[in-house]
Amino acid sequence: MTQQSLAERKESLWRLIASPTIWAAHFMLCYVTAAIWCAKYVARTGTLEPIRWAILVFTAVALVGIAWNGWDGYRRHRFGDAHLPHDDDTPADRRRFLGFATMLLAGLSGVAVIYAAFVAIVFRSCR
Amino acid sequence: MKPKTPAADPEPLPYEPPQELQRAQEERLREVWAAPKGWKYWSAVNNTEVGVWYTGAAFLFFLYGGLLALIMRLQLARPGNDLVSAETYNQIFTVHGSVMMFLFAIPVFESIAVIFMPQMLGARDLPFPRLSAFGFWCFLIGGVFLSGSLLFDAAPRGGWFMYPPLTSKYQPGVGADMWLLGFSFIEIAAIAAAVELIVGTLKCRPPGMRINLIPLYCWYVLVAAAMVLFAFPPLIAGSMLLEVERAFKWPFFDPAGGGDPVLWQHLFWLFGHPEVYIIFLPSIAILAMVIPTFARRPIVGYSWIVLAAVGTGFISFGLWVHHMYTTGLPGVSLGLFSAASEAVAIPTGVQIFCFIATMAAGRVARSVPILYVFGTLAIFVLGGLTGVMIALASFDFQAHDTFFVVGHLHYVLIGGAVFPIIAGLYYWFPLLKGKKLSDKLGKIAFWFMFIGFNIAFLPMHFTGLRGMPRRVFTYPSNLGWDTLNLVSTIGAFILGIGIAIIVWDVVRPKKNDPMSERNPWNAGTLEWVPKMPPEAWGIRTIPEIDSRYPIWDQPNFLRDVDQGRFYLPDAEEMERETIVTSPIDATPQQCLRLPGPSFIPLLAAVTIGGFFILGTFYLWMPAIMSLVAGTLVICYWLWIGTAKIPEKEEKDVGLGLKLPLYESGPSSVGWWAVLITMLAISTAFACLIFAYFFYWTIHPDFPPENATGPGVLWPSIALALILGSWGLGLLARRFNSAGKAGGYYGSTLGAITLALAGGASMLAGPWLTGLDPKTHVYPATVWLLCIWTAGHAVVGVIMHLYCFARRLAGKMTAHYDIEIHNVVLFWHFVAITALVTVLTIAGFPLVK
Repeated sequence: MTQQSLAERKESLWRLIASPTIWAAHFMLCYVTAAIWCAKYVARTGTLEPIRWAILVFTAVALVGIAWNGWDGYRRHRFGDAHLPHDDDTPADRRRFLGFATMLLAGLSGVAVIYAAFVAIVFRSCR
Repeated sequence: MKPKTPAADPEPLPYEPPQELQRAQEERLREVWAAPKGWKYWSAVNNTEVGVWYTGAAFLFFLYGGLLALIMRLQLARPGNDLVSAETYNQIFTVHGSVMMFLFAIPVFESIAVIFMPQMLGARDLPFPRLSAFGFWCFLIGGVFLSGSLLFDAAPRGGWFMYPPLTSKYQPGVGADMWLLGFSFIEIAAIAAAVELIVGTLKCRPPGMRINLIPLYCWYVLVAAAMVLFAFPPLIAGSMLLEVERAFKWPFFDPAGGGDPVLWQHLFWLFGHPEVYIIFLPSIAILAMVIPTFARRPIVGYSWIVLAAVGTGFISFGLWVHHMYTTGLPGVSLGLFSAASEAVAIPTGVQIFCFIATMAAGRVARSVPILYVFGTLAIFVLGGLTGVMIALASFDFQAHDTFFVVGHLHYVLIGGAVFPIIAGLYYWFPLLKGKKLSDKLGKIAFWFMFIGFNIAFLPMHFTGLRGMPRRVFTYPSNLGWDTLNLVSTIGAFILGIGIAIIVWDVVRPKKNDPMSERNPWNAGTLEWVPKMPPEAWGIRTIPEIDSRYPIWDQPNFLRDVDQGRFYLPDAEEMERETIVTSPIDATPQQCLRLPGPSFIPLLAAVTIGGFFILGTFYLWMPAIMSLVAGTLVICYWLWIGTAKIPEKEEKDVGLGLKLPLYESGPSSVGWWAVLITMLAISTAFACLIFAYFFYWTIHPDFPPENATGPGVLWPSIALALILGSWGLGLLARRFNSAGKAGGYYGSTLGAITLALAGGASMLAGPWLTGLDPKTHVYPATVWLLCIWTAGHAVVGVIMHLYCFARRLAGKMTAHYDIEIHNVVLFWHFVAITALVTVLTIAGFPLVK
């Protein structure tokens, strides 16, 4: 990789928080969709079937986004041949650190998204 | 390590500057940074003074809340007690909870950060010293107002959650108003401090302190401050709704008018559960600084701790309904919040394991701070485990509103916040006045606290499981609660003795105590650079950083700092200055001049506070006059204290580096402060929009079939006018940049005219279509959105008038144009607000 790819302007804290942001969007979409469906479209004992499918779709989209962000982080973490703890005062180690932290956050966000998706497996009605 | 090129990574001066130059530099720095003496001392804005005031005030409120707790425990010591009446007890537990959560736990994190973060970041101060002072005075005024209510039998009585209808229909007295308005004012202070800490962390680091080298404390504070921006506005929005209901009978939470008290719970807990983490994260951050020092080695798992801080910061926003499991929401909704509640245990556990690993990998030196660290880990983990229990909806159905929850909450907050804060107190105290606290007293206090705490709060888990509800002022005998309650009371007093010992240690005369040696704990981080006693200048010279632990790793580091071999070793122009750097690599970008002492922040806090306090007593005209006075004071503050045109373009800050003294637009710290503030305000607006759609969700018929307004015409006119005003504002900025005075003045006047017309049109919609906000929640919500939008347009007009006056006075020019950039940024948000409001109130009914 070239020196240019290490320039500060190529890094962003937004990439670091992309996966948690996807988790938040997934969470809100699932919650709002289920809440509106249960409050306005079916009775208390009504079926949750369309919502379960909707949550499945939201989950698939979220996991793709998180996996992409996590992979991007992994590649940056593996930049060059250095090892943890990425604490050298160099652009390369800064890049590795941001990559590693991005990857870790993607992992946590993925787990949290899957936890939320389990709800759709467990609940079949609005009760 | 790769070899570094000198240009990219400067070294300190290779020679010692002459002695007389060093002495002259120190004299100038000492003079320029000195806090005023005598009564003018209270005009100080140094972080080292304001932060100490803030911390001291927060601790005083903590002691007050603690006394209230002891009264509660005495009342509950035995069944059928009558030490205090039910009515008094209700006030006491409400004020206890409110004081501890709002006047101690949040302010103390911000105040500790205000004191020590500049020290950790090698900055002379944070970027907005007067804003910190303003935040402190707002906090003090609001806090005294709230705390004093109990002395006049006028405190709120519904618990610190303030649930309606308990706080609306059933509590007509002034207490609830004091809470709603008082804490809204205090939250202004908290948001002001959050803005300061975010900009400080990202933009005021020493050159070379890249994002991978930031002290972990600063990562945690950055996350917690960002959380404040998104968590506090929901409570401000909710408080606004509840206060308007109480004062004007708009039925936001009243079912008779279509309102719903559950909306308050959503807004309150959207604030309240992140708040618990806003308290926990900066407190546990203290451990991230103390543990490496006493383990004598770098933290293990730095990146994992960043994961833990950022991950917790996000997921904690997905927890709010776990305080509402018993409200009757659908199972799928409860399940989502239960899932997030379990997920947050992962990052919480990660940081605990990193701390344990660091201690295991090092050789831990005994000390009072590390004793409190062990106390923290033991107590907080127990609180976390009971937290996992309560996160399960099915268990919570049994434990909700029992003493089990009281026990859990206190394990989490006292273990996760009070113990770390006391660790930090003993650790950092020498940096305040140069002397250590007593090792002996610290150890004695620890054991009283640790033992007393567990004796007080462990039994509550059992009284709770046996069915004892919280917030009862007494209970019948022979339910199996008697002995457990007595034991809790004894434990509370033992805990209180421990706290009293610490208070004595802090306040006892220390004249005969020896001055602490420099860096007494042999720490590696920058806050330990100062000689003892510390100077007011923050740091002798702003260093170039190569390591997470510069004192340990950079050769001759302390010598180089002492001799002024890095940046800004002097104050040649007798100005307070620090360096602004970039967020990722901490590349130097600006030499920022900071304002000095001033009473203006205090005056601003008094006048703005007057609006809230007078409003509590429904003294509307004096309240409005106070708000107008506050606006004028703020304009004066800005006029004399900000965006000053420097006498030269650049300054040589040392090591061959020249930096600009003035930046505008995204390069300026002020622009970032406006952006961050607008994110907070936009969050409050989003809550109002959420309220509209919440009512739509719960009502089969919303807007009601018989609703007559606001129609489409006036909202559309308002939107067109406001967007036109925004466009003219952009044009004004362009004309100003081009030096075209006529174009600038014309565009600005046009923008002002359209904004006022737009605001009036926004109000014309509900007005002319006859919407009465008292009759139903639909007209109330529409009116509220219209008033909010029109109000922001008015604020935007005031901003344009200010810029107009600045340009007339020659203080804003084509080149020196911070003001117009910041105002245009504000107007971007006004335009978005107007668009969303009109789409909601005029567009949505067309498609529902």
